[in-house]
Amino acid sequence: MIKAEHLVKYFGPKLAVNDVSFTVGRGEVLGFLGPNGAGKSTSMRMITGFFAPSAGTVTIDGHDIVNDSIAAKACIGYLPENAPAYPEMTVQRFLNFMAAVRGLRGRAATEAVEKVIETCFLQSVRRQPIETLSKGFRHRTCFAQAILHDPPALVLDEPTDGLDPNQKHEMRNLIKRMGRSKAIILSTHILEEVDAVCSRVIIIDRGRLVFNGTPADLRGKSDLAGAVTARFLGQSANTVREAFRDQAAVARVVTISDEDGAAVLRFYPRGEAAGPPNLARLVAESAKSRGWLVDQLRTEEGALDAVFHALTASDTGAKEKEVAA
Amino acid sequence: MSTCRSIYAVAKRELVSYFDSPVAYVFIIIFLALNGFFTFMVSDFFARGQADLRPMFFWHPWLYLILVPAVGMRLWAEERRSGSMELLLTLPITAWQAIVAKFLAAWLFLALALALTFPMVITVCVLGDPDGGAIVSGYVGSLLLAGVYLAVSMAMSSLTRSQVVSFVCSVVVCLLLVLAGWPPVTGMFEKWAGRWLVDGVAAFSVMPHFEDMQRGVIDSRDVIYCASVIVFFLFFTAVVIRNRRRV
Repeated sequence: MIKAEHLVKYFGPKLAVNDVSFTVGRGEVLGFLGPNGAGKSTSMRMITGFFAPSAGTVTIDGHDIVNDSIAAKACIGYLPENAPAYPEMTVQRFLNFMAAVRGLRGRAATEAVEKVIETCFLQSVRRQPIETLSKGFRHRTCFAQAILHDPPALVLDEPTDGLDPNQKHEMRNLIKRMGRSKAIILSTHILEEVDAVCSRVIIIDRGRLVFNGTPADLRGKSDLAGAVTARFLGQSANTVREAFRDQAAVARVVTISDEDGAAVLRFYPRGEAAGPPNLARLVAESAKSRGWLVDQLRTEEGALDAVFHALTASDTGAKEKEVAA
Repeated sequence: MSTCRSIYAVAKRELVSYFDSPVAYVFIIIFLALNGFFTFMVSDFFARGQADLRPMFFWHPWLYLILVPAVGMRLWAEERRSGSMELLLTLPITAWQAIVAKFLAAWLFLALALALTFPMVITVCVLGDPDGGAIVSGYVGSLLLAGVYLAVSMAMSSLTRSQVVSFVCSVVVCLLLVLAGWPPVTGMFEKWAGRWLVDGVAAFSVMPHFEDMQRGVIDSRDVIYCASVIVFFLFFTAVVIRNRRRV
């Protein structure tokens, strides 16, 4: 549905987006991750035809965004960053205008506008000028115009930015629901959002694509993934460490806490054989054979933020160190 | 056909937005008040003893100089500032359609303000037996002049996100268009430019064309002049907007 190939964007001499390629099909929700200034918004602006790429192509449902822009843009619903709108217009008039430009007329236009007003909970503010609305309502108004014409492709730049927790939850449910039939790209820097709604993730850092896969793949990149944390009652950390010293499947053991009566340790796996759930079983069996009591045992999933940090911040860290030196 | 519909939708939004904000009312009231003031007080409309509208049209190049940039300054500057430009240009319309729509909407608004000077027409008809042709061509000339200023203002508006900068630049460029044939200006150019450039610049002045139409003559050359200046500045706007998106 949405296909970006070798996108490059220069702003003057500055390279903002460097050779980014990906595709999004119907029924997929693609999370676009990256630190601020990594090129997320620039990429989205190229996908929606606001910026022309310096090199590379974008096709929406087979229509090139530069050469066949009208047909391509007709397939997209776009929520730009900061949810701009015409501040002096009322919500109702704004949506009517969007429907008219999208080529909806008469009954179809009225029905489409009524439907999105309902979907986005805008009934109470439909006659208010947009400039008088709170950020949450303004955001939902702009989101409403994006889904007004029921587009097969949706591009959402930080769709939950500035919403309160309830609204965030609603928005995520809405995106998840629409993600079943549409191709959706959403940018965010909230990692839990990726878990909540995305079926696939790409991460860009300083314009370059550094990861493309599922949220589970991403988590798998964490060295925490697959580690086992266990709490041993009535043992000291040193006793336990000693017992696991020569286990081939255990790469290393880290003591999390060691208070009187209980020790919490984390075991990192080594090799394929130690993959879940084998390591957990190994730990449990070793404990049992020694007669130790284990009251907590879990296999870690890996933390997205750690991976995100590792993928995007390594060089920044190095640079900071250089400066410090 | 869908081109017309897109242009219509954008133009309608633009026109309605003038009336949604105080801009429209303030503009119309000030335009009519100043128009009356200059015509009656400064030009001594009644004392002339002639049933025509020349004392009114005489002031329009100067009145528009301030007022038209005030209408045109927001056309793109405001879209850029509020970010709605991103919304507008990612709709399934071309930049050209957006430009033409905005221009037509603002021009229509100016035409409306101009049409509200109709009591002047009634006045001269009651007081005397005016030359209808001169009045019509005066209005046509005034409208074309407003269109020229508006196209300039729109082009300046596309260059900046600040309405103030847009306003000041528009006034200066419009003033140059008015004064291009004026000796102090041609003198300034003569110091460093060749004769051909000076004559070329003088040919751009809007005043000779406007004055022709005040005399009741609608010459095709005057109309072509206005149309080509308008098209030039709309084209200029299109180039600016395209470059902003290509960088």
